[in-house]
Amino acid sequence: MSDDKDQIPTSGPVAPVHGTGTDLTAAGGHGAVPISGVPVPEPEPSGATGHSVGLRKGWPLWEVFIRARRGLSHQHVGSLHAPDAAMALRNARDVYTRRGEGVSIWIIPSSAITASSPDEKDPFFDPAMDKAYRHPTFYDVPEGVSHL
Amino acid sequence: MTSPPVSGTNTASEPPVDQTALALYVLGLGDDALILAQRLGEWITRAPQIEEDIALGNIALDLLGQARTLLSYAGDIEGGGRDEDDLAFLRDEREFHNVQLVEIGNGDFAVTMARQLIFSAYQYELYSALLTSTDQTLSALAAKAVKEVDYHRDHAAQWVLRLGDGTPESHDRMQAGLDRVWPYVEEIFDSTDVVTALPGIAAEPAALRPVWAGYVENVIAEATLTLPTPKWRSRGGRTGYHSENLGHLLPEMQNLHRSHPGATW
Repeated sequence: MSDDKDQIPTSGPVAPVHGTGTDLTAAGGHGAVPISGVPVPEPEPSGATGHSVGLRKGWPLWEVFIRARRGLSHQHVGSLHAPDAAMALRNARDVYTRRGEGVSIWIIPSSAITASSPDEKDPFFDPAMDKAYRHPTFYDVPEGVSHL
Repeated sequence: MTSPPVSGTNTASEPPVDQTALALYVLGLGDDALILAQRLGEWITRAPQIEEDIALGNIALDLLGQARTLLSYAGDIEGGGRDEDDLAFLRDEREFHNVQLVEIGNGDFAVTMARQLIFSAYQYELYSALLTSTDQTLSALAAKAVKEVDYHRDHAAQWVLRLGDGTPESHDRMQAGLDRVWPYVEEIFDSTDVVTALPGIAAEPAALRPVWAGYVENVIAEATLTLPTPKWRSRGGRTGYHSENLGHLLPEMQNLHRSHPGATW
């Protein structure tokens, strides 16, 4: 969903970006994939500056993790807006577990996530590509062993 | 469903159940759920947030599920061949037995949450009591519904707390919401001939009130709100007397079925 943020043109004949430089905010995107320098929306104390982000009016973004069954780990399923953690938990119940998907929900403020940057993709991940010895591919699998 | 399933063990010793009263009792509970489901459905696409839209839709669907079970059961008891659709869509205003609380207009979000707090807290105590009803259909429904209603009650309480203890504006509007719906509280806990005719089956409304009041008043106090002291009270919903609101709700709810009888999804 947020992949397109990698491709935001730095310059070029595409649709004019009003303002300069810093206003390429990820409004409506996932906080888990930030672009460096994007301000994370905070809940606004009422009457602070009077500016509101569309209908959201400063409700912060939360990331939702659901454990589908006992024994599995929590998996990220999406995000939502809520005024506080308790309401986020309830909203997550309504939005993401309507069909019995989970036995446990975690809620995390999106602003609390530190994510790797797309700009750092190469130094972070490329060095692992040519190190085949890190993969467990040099063993003969005995007959009859399943789930390996 | 009306008569004992296999070997009629409860015919000899126990007094016969007043079937007319039972049908009316079940119809009243079903109408409460049905009408409030319709009211909550009016919020869809109009809630303050999409998350709240889904929450209200969920609550409405839970209530609609309860209404379907109850109306179907009421139709069975009547024995006149009316099914859930006939009862929901082909009755007129005076034939509905819901309390007036559930039919009042949504107002703003605070009014809706005030109404929901009152009603879900009542339904929670009602279904908790019906768990031990000697009517097996009612006790089975209660076992399922009490979990749903527990969540409805919590959802409403969370919002009343946040709005009441929020900004001055939200506090005032939440208080206005409580004041708006409170005249309809007394009626919920009125005893009726129907209830007294069904000992062991129906839950005596007045008996539910102390625990209900404990919960609701605690939420209101914690939300820094004031318990309203209304100057009038509603009455008559259980016997078919309704406010103007129901007259506006029914055509919208029933129009499709009446225009296209037997239409299915």
